[in-house]
Amino acid sequence: MLEIDRLEVRYSGIEALRGVSMTVNSGEVVAMIGPNGAGKSTLLNAISGIVPAHAGHIRLDGRELTVLPAWTVSAMGVLHVPEGRQVFADLTVLENLQLGETCLKSRPRRTTLTDVYDLFPILRERQAQLAGSLSGGQQQMLAIGRALMGSPEILLLDEPSLGLAPVIIAQVFDALRALRASGLTILLIEQNAHLALQASDRAYIIDQGRIVHSGASADLAQDDSVIAHYLGDLAGA
Amino acid sequence: MLIQQLLNGLVVGGVYALFAVGFNLVFGIQRLLNLAHGAIFMTGAFVAYYTVAAGWPLWVGFILAAIGSGVLAMLIEIVCFRRLRKSGDAEFGAIISSVGASLVIMTVWQWISKTQIVRFPFETFPVIIFRFWGLRVSALQLFMAGAALVIVVLMAWFVYRTSFGRRVRAVTGNEKAAMLVGVNPNRIYNQTYFLSGALAGASGVLVGLAFNNINYMMGEPYLMFGFVIIILGGLGSIPGALLASLIFGMVQTLTIAFLPSGLTNAFIFFAMFLILLIRPNGLMGKEEAGALRGRR
Repeated sequence: MLEIDRLEVRYSGIEALRGVSMTVNSGEVVAMIGPNGAGKSTLLNAISGIVPAHAGHIRLDGRELTVLPAWTVSAMGVLHVPEGRQVFADLTVLENLQLGETCLKSRPRRTTLTDVYDLFPILRERQAQLAGSLSGGQQQMLAIGRALMGSPEILLLDEPSLGLAPVIIAQVFDALRALRASGLTILLIEQNAHLALQASDRAYIIDQGRIVHSGASADLAQDDSVIAHYLGDLAGA
Repeated sequence: MLIQQLLNGLVVGGVYALFAVGFNLVFGIQRLLNLAHGAIFMTGAFVAYYTVAAGWPLWVGFILAAIGSGVLAMLIEIVCFRRLRKSGDAEFGAIISSVGASLVIMTVWQWISKTQIVRFPFETFPVIIFRFWGLRVSALQLFMAGAALVIVVLMAWFVYRTSFGRRVRAVTGNEKAAMLVGVNPNRIYNQTYFLSGALAGASGVLVGLAFNNINYMMGEPYLMFGFVIIILGGLGSIPGALLASLIFGMVQTLTIAFLPSGLTNAFIFFAMFLILLIRPNGLMGKEEAGALRGRR
């Protein structure tokens, strides 16, 4: 469904991605793991149109996404939950979720407000509150809920565990498991390799802007040497 | 006498509100001061005048003025601000480029009007005076107050209660996240500038009618007043701009009525100074002004 072909991205002369190729098939959860600065967030930013690609292609069901602006990419159902949540702090929880529908336009609605509230009941309780007043974990739930409101074809998740307490991480990943069971296609970026491998079908390991390894998540999780080699201390995090 | 002056002040304040709310809307969304706002206001007055002078009724002039000023504001954003914003630090650059735009617009109107003061023909707006409880109110004043009230309330409703307003506030808060949910920020900027310019144009027509004096310099004092008002009300706050406009209008009218005329501006700026001492972020501002102060 999502196909990335020899993608290169440069920031002011520095090569952040050096020819990344990967695919995400429909209904699959694919994890992208790698150390800080490996180019994980850049990859998602390039897919969603926030940063321009220097070379290569990004295709969704064969349609070229590479040169489209971010608002058009999201209108096609590629929804990005950015690093650091990026909720609209001065708007209420409900308004944040309503804004998530902006990209629906011509696509049919598959997720309703009730679905999101059932997935994250705390958001229903806090719906009149300003998003900026939520805790980090609640903001992460809101950011995911906001993307779900746009009925994603594919959900891009950037470090959903970042800066959260273990018990909150467990809640967020429980929700991801439910989304996976419902058949949603997800590309998940994580520093926490074990968490990512548990939650995914396949995984790629990225380092210094290149894919250095890939395979079924279950196999990679067995093979401690690969993870230790590429991720070092992060493996146990 | 006092109540009469307060009433006059409220009417003047309503017109200031039209001017300042648009000024503040643009500041609120892009953190940029559009110093061509006075020139846009003046353009509204001229467009209405030339429409009436060409034989059309006033309401046509009013609508054309709002549309023309709105389009002008949109063009200013595209020509003067858009590229600056892409390059990053636009805060100071926008001040310079909008002053430039203002000078260009003023020169064009100076040329068209041949540096003359123009006036609406007598009875363009019917002269009717209502008297009650010893007060005098003209139909024009009622119209001004009514138009200002309706437009400002509509604006607040638009920004805080509609999906358009939600998108505006989303872009204001986090442009990147807004793009990720499918909002095209450029379209929001076009629409916001159009609204801001249309409000300025409408207030230009009202001021042109009230003082029956339209000239290419008429926007300058209003730019200054608008500046005071949005700082007083709180940068970026629409209700703040409304409240500060009404206070400003009343204080100005009262000082003109009861103090030597040379003291008006001194008194107004002194009052601003006092209010900012007590509320440094303005009457209804949040940390905005504080954030600006911290960045220096």
